[in-house]
Order: sequence, then C-alpha cells, then structure tokens
Amino acid sequence: MSAGTISEDEFEGSSDYDENDFEDDDEDESDTEFGQTGDMGFQDMITEKQRKKAYEVDFSVLPLADIMAAQTSAASHVSGILGVSLQQATALLRSFKWNKERLVERYMDHSQEILNQAGIVLDDVHTPVLKRPRGFVCMICFDDSSAGPALGLRCGHVFCQPCYEQYLTQKIVEEGECRRILCPESGCNTIVDEETIKKAVQPTVIAKYQQLQDRAYVADLDNLRWCPAPNCENAIDCRLPHSSFKTVVPTVLCACGYKFCFGCGLGDHQPAACGLVKMWQKKCADDSETANWISAHTKECGKCLSTIEKNGGCNHMTCRKCKYEFCWVCMGPWSEHGTSWYNCNRFEETSSTDARDQQAKSRASLERYLHYYNRFANHEHSAKLDRDLYTKTEKKMEEMQRTSDLSWIEVQFLKKAVDVLTSCRMTLRWTYAFAFYLARNNMTDLFEDNQRDLEVAVEALSELLEKPIEREKIAELRQQVLDKTVYVGSRREVVLEDTAKGLAEGRWEFFVDFSK
Amino acid sequence: MALPKRIIKETERLMADPAPGISATPHDDNLRYFDVIIAGPNQSPFEGGVFKLELFLPEDYPMAPPKVRFMTKIYHPNIDKLGRICLDILKDKWSPALQIRTVLLSVQALLSSPNPDDPLANDVAQHWKENENAAIQTAQEWTRKYATA
Ligand SMILES: [Zn+2]
Ligand SMILES: [Zn+2]
Ligand SMILES: [Zn+2]
Ligand SMILES: [Zn+2]
Repeated sequence: MSAGTISEDEFEGSSDYDENDFEDDDEDESDTEFGQTGDMGFQDMITEKQRKKAYEVDFSVLPLADIMAAQTSAASHVSGILGVSLQQATALLRSFKWNKERLVERYMDHSQEILNQAGIVLDDVHTPVLKRPRGFVCMICFDDSSAGPALGLRCGHVFCQPCYEQYLTQKIVEEGECRRILCPESGCNTIVDEETIKKAVQPTVIAKYQQLQDRAYVADLDNLRWCPAPNCENAIDCRLPHSSFKTVVPTVLCACGYKFCFGCGLGDHQPAACGLVKMWQKKCADDSETANWISAHTKECGKCLSTIEKNGGCNHMTCRKCKYEFCWVCMGPWSEHGTSWYNCNRFEETSSTDARDQQAKSRASLERYLHYYNRFANHEHSAKLDRDLYTKTEKKMEEMQRTSDLSWIEVQFLKKAVDVLTSCRMTLRWTYAFAFYLARNNMTDLFEDNQRDLEVAVEALSELLEKPIEREKIAELRQQVLDKTVYVGSRREVVLEDTAKGLAEGRWEFFVDFSK
Repeated sequence: MALPKRIIKETERLMADPAPGISATPHDDNLRYFDVIIAGPNQSPFEGGVFKLELFLPEDYPMAPPKVRFMTKIYHPNIDKLGRICLDILKDKWSPALQIRTVLLSVQALLSSPNPDDPLANDVAQHWKENENAAIQTAQEWTRKYATA
C-alpha cells in the first residue's frame, strides 16, 4: 500500500490528456531538473512539499492483492465473533455489503433470518447431494441415463453436473452475476454457495467469479473506487464522505500514473466540482448542434480573409499571407494578449444586460455559453495538437541525442514540458466550465486574473515548443523551456489553490445548484 | 445442429398430453419454432377468443427463456401493440427447469388476471386502473373483433 497525495513531482510525470497513454514512467522524477522553486532554501522546499495543498486530498492506492487480503481479514474477524466458517462469514459479509458492525449486531438478534437471506444453511440435515440419485432425471436436459455426476444444494433440487456447470457459467460469465446466484429450480431461493460453484465450473470461470466478487467488494464500499485506467487493477481508498464532494474536488493519482476524480471516476476535472462537471457535460451534449461550428479547425484571417489552419497547440496565430498576428480563440489582435489588459478569458456581461427583448436575451445567453464552450473545447483540442507536435519533435530529439553529446536525461525536458502543458490545459479547460456557472462578485475578478495568468503562461510555453530546434541553441532552448515549465506549473497551482479554498470556504456563488 | 434431447422430449409430451386450452405445434422445417394457440380463459374478458402466438426456442434454450409473442391483437395491460408479453418468468425469473408447457400456462394465467400495476402497454394499463369496467368491455370487443376463429 502506498499512501500519498499528489505532489508536484507526480504532477510533472503524469499526463491526463490522452487516457490511453498509460506508459510506465518509472524514471525517478527528482527535483534535479525542476528544482528552481524561487528563492526558497532547501529546508523550506521540504516543508513546502510536505504541506498539503488546498486542492489535494488524502488517499492511498490499494493493489488487487490488498483488496483480496482485506476481504479475508474481515471474514476471519467475523468468523471468530460469530462462530461460523470463513466461507460462511464471507457470504454473510457480502450480504451486508461488508458492514461488519451492522452484521454482528443484527446477527445477535436475528441469526436465522440473516443466514436465510445469505443463503446459508448451518444444520447438516440436508447436505448437498453430489451423487446421482436412483431413477434421477435431470429436469434441465431431461437426461435419464444412470451415469455421470449430479449436483444439488441443501434444498434438494438436483440437476446433472453438465447442466449445473452450463447454468453457473452463464450466470457468471455472461450475466456477470456473483452476489445471488440461485438454485436453477424455478422459484427456489437457495443461493448457490461458493464451494458448490468451485466444484461445478472450470478454473477460468472460478477466476472470473473471484474477480466479480472483488469488483462487488469495491463497489459496496464508499471509500473505495477502481482506477478507471484500462488494465489497471488498483483501487483507490479515500476516506472523505461523498457529501463533501460539493466543496472538494477529490483528484487522486493511481500508482499506474492515471490521475482521476475519486468522486465521479472521470479524468481530473479540477477546479470544477463533480456536480458542476455533470451539468456542464449535459449542457454541452444538449447544445452540441449549436456549438459544432466551433470545432472546425480552420478559420479566416481577420484581416485578409485567407484560410488559416491550426496545426500546433499554440493560440498565437500569424497569417502567412498578411502577417497579421491574432488570437485563435477570440480572433482579436495578439498584441492585446499577454499585456495587462488581456481579457480573452473574460466574457463581457454587458451585452447580456443590455439585451431587452427575449430574442436578444436568448442570443446573448447563447453567446455567453459559446464564449466558455469555445475556450473549453479549444484547450482540449490544443492539448492534442501540443502532443502531436511533441511526437514529431521527439524523433528529432532522439536523433540529436545520437549525433551529439547530449544525454538521455538532457533531452527529456520537452516531454516534461508537454506533460505539464497538457495538465495545465486540462485545468484551464475546466476553469471555463467553472466560470460558466460562476456568478460574478468581487472574488471572481481574482479568479479571472489567475485564469488569465495561467492561460498566458500556457500559451507562451506552447509557443516556445513550436520553435524549430537547432542543435547549437539547444542548451539555451532547454533553459527557457525549463523556466517556463516551472512557471506554468506554479500558475496552475495558484488557480487550483484559490478555487479549492474558495469552494471550501463557500466563497463562490453559482447560478446553479449542483449540491444534490 | 442436432436438436437437443430436452427439446425432442418436451415436444413429444406437448403433443401427447397437451395442457387444457393450449396447443403448440412445431414447424416441420424448424423444430425450434412453434405455432401456439391459447383459448381465452372462462370468466375472463378474453373468453370465447382464440389467440395465436409464436414461440421460439433460442440456441441456448433452456439456459435462456423461449421467445413468446402474441400474433393476435389483444387489449391487455401486460401485452403491447407488437404482442410482446411482460411476464417475469420470460425475463429475470426464468429458470432452466421451467418448460414450454409451464410458460404457456403462465401466459394463459396472465389472461385470467391482468396486472395493470406492472404494465407494458401504458395506455391500456391506465384505462384498466381508471375504469376497469370500460377497459374490460374494450377487451371483450377486441376479442370478438380479432380473436374469433
Ligand atoms: Zn442435466
Ligand atoms: Zn433449489
Ligand atoms: Zn491505475
Ligand atoms: Zn468528479
């Protein structure tokens, strides 16, 4: 079991854009390359690292073996208290969704009822049949030959072994059933116990059955959630009450490198709370028709009207024909971005307050939505373009490593920069969903300033990564990229700290109630 | 593929000893496909009617339930316009120990006691709940109109 919160080291090593990109990055992401934490001393840095950030939650990663061991340990505890076998204790716990206390308490007063519910028969008057009774006809296959094994539970309903096996295999493999598999007889409520199942089916089906039991165990416990990464068998243990997910965004990082939300299982969506994310996604799905035009990846130059295609992540565009520099998102001149009056991220509410008639109002509200959706969608798209660009650059870097005296570690700075960039774009993306529902008050100006600073930093880094790499200038470029990467990471932290604190303190007002 | 012993035996018994008011005859060219006729039960709104159904035994029968559908139009809260039947044993309560005979007897019983609280045809169920007499009358009319042999 490895405990932890997400620290900056892990943040740099993780990529939460491409959900299929779960490469095992076991290289030690030490501070050596990203150690420039301002002018803090070494000791300060240690304390800074250990202090939990406002946007971090406590959790631990449980590998599959631990999950299985936890079930056994709970069962042996209960078996000792109630004086039942380990297997019976497991069945009882399952029927109580692993609530040990409630099981023991209820068992004291109503043991028979609870045993019946769990499908357990303690007395040995009706032991399970394993032999084919005389004159037996299987009521599933109508086979009346006298040879071959048959199986029956304590209820006395006997079926031949092949039929039993087929029945159980279908329940387990096709229907994914593991909690209450009943006797094949119509209307019989006797549960097929684990021992009988293990006797009747193939080892692969037993393995599947065990897997279903583990799944059910994690699903039954509020403090556990499987890592959603494909082929990852870890679960995350997070003890926060689910009711707190209105004011906390519980982002966790699995040992496999995948960063996701413990509350809803989606990829990391800080700073937006789960309920807000759900609403936003529903809105985007409903409004996809109107919003579709945005996803077009070509636009016209604001000056000469020639078609411009975006092929990198950076939003600073330059028209090849007329050299007009503009912002891809708002189509305004770039010269206004990156200065103090950059306000590409801010929606001008005046247009909606001015609106008098209904038509103008609904138009203004659509414009407002598109403002946020446009930026939300663009960061996702840009992150992909950043990655594509990086893949191209990577080849060049490898070549450079072969032909020059650069070490492998020294050419890794681009990968890290792209990882941080992707992470930041994902954060920015969700800040726009957050902002869409945010009611303007005197606290929101600071949020928008922080959002803008992160955005400016992100675009600057993105632009830097688009620069052609020349061998002579690589040391210089490397330093610039490293500096900007650290800066971008710190801007992201500012956004996350501020939004998380605001949520915890109830500082934000939202147009919608997502607390249900 | 050869027909499983279970289906052969079930068919033999159905033919030799049919349940009262029910007949099921397999097609010559597809022994998994049955033409079914159920007589409307006495003292039900369907009395006097003759209802045609189709019954098909899927590949994984008896692990999976047979597929049963009314071919004759019927006004019943648990049977929809397409003749599909809302019956628990045809779905989650299916057991491989059940048989064609038991399924058809259950369908017959459903005609005797419609259950508007578990509806498949919502408008019919609504009618049944709000004005049972009028609904029964409609069912009788439909029976006369569509289910007379
Ligand atoms: Zn059998
Ligand atoms: Zn039984
Ligand atoms: Zn994982
Ligand atoms: Zn969530």
